[in-house]
Amino acid sequence: MGEASSRIGTSARRIEDAALLRGAGRFLDDIVLPDLLEATFLRSPVAHGLIRRLDVSAARALQGVHAVFTYADLRPLMTSDRMPLALPAAGLRFAVDPFVLAVDEVCYVGEPVALVVAQTRRIAEDAAALITLDLEPLPAVVDPVDALAADAPKVRRECPDNLVARTRIDYGDADAAFAQAPHVIGQQFRLSKGGGHSMEPRGVLARFDEAEDLLTVWDSTQMPHRAKAILVDALGLSERQIRVLTPDVGGGFGPKAVFHPEELAIPAAALLLRRPVKWVEDRFESFTATCGERDQVWTMQVAFTQDAKLLGIRGTLRHDHGASTPYGIALPYNAATNLIGPYVLPAYRIEIDLCMTNKTPSAPTRGAGRPQGTFVMERLLDCMARKLGLPRDEVRRRNLIAPSQMPYPIPVRQRDGSTMEYDTGDYPECQARALKAAGWTDFSARQAQALSEGRYIGLGLANYVEATGRGPFESVAIRIGPSGEIVASTGATAQGQGVKTMVAQIVADAFDVAPQAVHVVTGDTSATHAGLGAYASRQAVTAGNAAHRAARLIVEKAATAAAELLEVSRDDIEIVGGACRVKGVPEQARSLGEIARALAGTPGFALPANLPPGLSVATDYMTAGLTYTNGTHLAEVEVDPETGGVTILRYVVVHDCGRMINPMMVEGQVIGGVVHGIGATLFEWMRYDAEGQPLSVTYADYLLPTADVVPRIEIHHMESPTPLNPLGVKGAAESGTIGAPSALVSAVEDALRPFGVTITDLPVTPPALRRLMRAAAARSAA
Amino acid sequence: MFDPRRVTLVVNGNPVDRMVDSRVHLADFLRRDLKLTGTHLGCEHGVCGACTILVDGASVRACLMLAVQADGRRIDTIESVAGDDGILHPIQEALSRRHGLQCGYCTPGVVMTLLELDRDRDGRSLSEPEIRAALSGNLCRCTGYQGIVDAALDLFGPKNIETSTQPTHGSST
Repeated sequence: MGEASSRIGTSARRIEDAALLRGAGRFLDDIVLPDLLEATFLRSPVAHGLIRRLDVSAARALQGVHAVFTYADLRPLMTSDRMPLALPAAGLRFAVDPFVLAVDEVCYVGEPVALVVAQTRRIAEDAAALITLDLEPLPAVVDPVDALAADAPKVRRECPDNLVARTRIDYGDADAAFAQAPHVIGQQFRLSKGGGHSMEPRGVLARFDEAEDLLTVWDSTQMPHRAKAILVDALGLSERQIRVLTPDVGGGFGPKAVFHPEELAIPAAALLLRRPVKWVEDRFESFTATCGERDQVWTMQVAFTQDAKLLGIRGTLRHDHGASTPYGIALPYNAATNLIGPYVLPAYRIEIDLCMTNKTPSAPTRGAGRPQGTFVMERLLDCMARKLGLPRDEVRRRNLIAPSQMPYPIPVRQRDGSTMEYDTGDYPECQARALKAAGWTDFSARQAQALSEGRYIGLGLANYVEATGRGPFESVAIRIGPSGEIVASTGATAQGQGVKTMVAQIVADAFDVAPQAVHVVTGDTSATHAGLGAYASRQAVTAGNAAHRAARLIVEKAATAAAELLEVSRDDIEIVGGACRVKGVPEQARSLGEIARALAGTPGFALPANLPPGLSVATDYMTAGLTYTNGTHLAEVEVDPETGGVTILRYVVVHDCGRMINPMMVEGQVIGGVVHGIGATLFEWMRYDAEGQPLSVTYADYLLPTADVVPRIEIHHMESPTPLNPLGVKGAAESGTIGAPSALVSAVEDALRPFGVTITDLPVTPPALRRLMRAAAARSAA
Repeated sequence: MFDPRRVTLVVNGNPVDRMVDSRVHLADFLRRDLKLTGTHLGCEHGVCGACTILVDGASVRACLMLAVQADGRRIDTIESVAGDDGILHPIQEALSRRHGLQCGYCTPGVVMTLLELDRDRDGRSLSEPEIRAALSGNLCRCTGYQGIVDAALDLFGPKNIETSTQPTHGSST
């Protein structure tokens, strides 16, 4: 029977948990097929070089090796030289789709050069060590600013230069705003953001079944339908010949949305060998072969009035794009648009240069550029406060968009051609609640007290918005057969967010059953006609509303059929505990299984109420526009001036993602997002030397936040439902990451006020803080 | 390069007698030879903790120990934790109740770490910093650790404490 805990808006327990807790999940590396072979890749050891000789004969001769493939071996299967990936992007000057394996030039450490397939992974790795790869070194381009110098070496020989894309945002009259401005501040920011670092690395398993004429690909991807479409294009097969499935996926965070060369190479190997082939990434490959974020250099100016009103912002953004363009140019564009945030910004102009470098291609990780854009705005606001001698909260308050201004249009064109428009939210109230929760007004007294004890504590704040629920659509199909089991299939995909619970909760609500009674299928291209998947904090909005619509439609169909079977009118039917029954006469009922059996049809007989056959429905929810989640973060920190170490004492989030389907899961997303942001601010740093060699390729060198260094995250919710979808929901998956760097750095700077330190770069490591403090001391001594 | 050795050990209460290549690490042996795929590999260099198992009752990174080193030892993996009837162990139950898992990849290692912590605390209640320190060898990218810590506080913390310092729900507009 229906349980109160299944209702939309309640913290229902997750249907995913039981299997995962017992170690009974089925992740990619857990899948074993008969005759399975295992693969490894030989990868470029240098950032830039020409392949002079690639000799795989010794590797091929090793016992247990089934094949060693080079580009020349795979090319006959392909319809084109490069992988057909290009996402449309107006600003691209030239597309640089990756090759499945390097042809004659390697352009980053980790680029796949050869594929070894053997009886076991161990044999494959032994064989890879026997390959002779002679490389002629070429100069490596490492810095995104140097990359654009007139005499810079080229990242790829075939490209005209290293400026792979140029785009801009320009509205209002920024130059006029600056000409009249009583105050102008200029600042450069160098912002590094790290990788996705899902605990499960990537993996692909492919099997070609000749009898079925079907290539089945298990892929730990966030976007299986896109992966299938690329495979269809690349291999010249038809849609019916390829099925892509995602098993349990151990975290995504962006990189698994990118289609990587291994996702084509492994299916190609399975086609050539007529044996199933599996490849699972090791952690070194996660660091070098998997896309992630990296450096952005922002050179910005802000113009403002004496009473701290923003007049305009202008500047340039140089984005380190890496060695190819697997995922368009969304990352720096997101960063630039998210700079605007919850503030009234009358004029804005930014030139965005995407610079190729000899590094792993960059692509979104959680937050997808937005943390950096928000960081620039929030840092500029703190600079304004310092210059005008005003409190940081007051400067923000004077510029926040008022709720009476909603919906609030901003003259920036988006990818779909529409104009940016914030839908709902009460930004001033959000900030006010966060300040109150964190004890903002009392803090200066506490800070002074601490300072008298020799302790440097600081409180920082940041406001942000996030465009969520990106379209254009998501699919949900619900099917119920005579067994009575409710099966909901969706093009949405699950990497830990609780997508199955979210869909089940919505569908269960309509049938008045427990979520456990709904079986949810995600990430199977044969289960829905189309689908997009996980990116841009979108699935509660898109798949949630698709599930909502599908459930309403199928319940209506079941009720109509039941009315006919029970010989009453439709209005006399109610759905209780998954059965259609006559109101007031509970013993007069038909189960879903019985209704499904009637709708399955009997040869020669009419269907009930002349309904279309089958108790099933397939629908797509098409978005009406982006829904804007917003929040305010307050971080309290203590800094040890001797070591530069930062301890987070307290962290408060006021968060508004509209109506919440499952508050427990929303909080899980926000907390996880904040901790990702803490990592990006204080710990995580993908470092390269001047030759493009990555220096941080283990978790001893690249630090992820651990349980003992992150604080308890306190969350307070506001709920401003969006009118843009029937459920009134907005996304929540990346929001936490966006505000964290800004709030933390504002707090660190506040703590170090006695030293006069200004922080412009991320991450803020202890040595970096010590350098800033020494520089400040030298300045004040001079 | 193949150097098979015989190992006899007890895994989840069952005697095991196998030949194994001397260079195979214990996690691969458990996953591939014994089909115990609940032990996950996250980094294979001993930092992430996803492969944490118990060897003679003590937590060990299964990626840092060779299978041959497990000869004569008693191994417990995640598959041994829930009852045969499928009833979850209180640690597993608390993790679900407190949303201490999302993708579930690190979860088996977390459960094994908490099992050891529970035994070592010997009935003593633990503070939040103690619990966080004990969990600092298990990387989780999803949860921010809070749900894991809250689950552990439910079970090992001082009785009747409020683990959430602030109201989490219901303060909406």
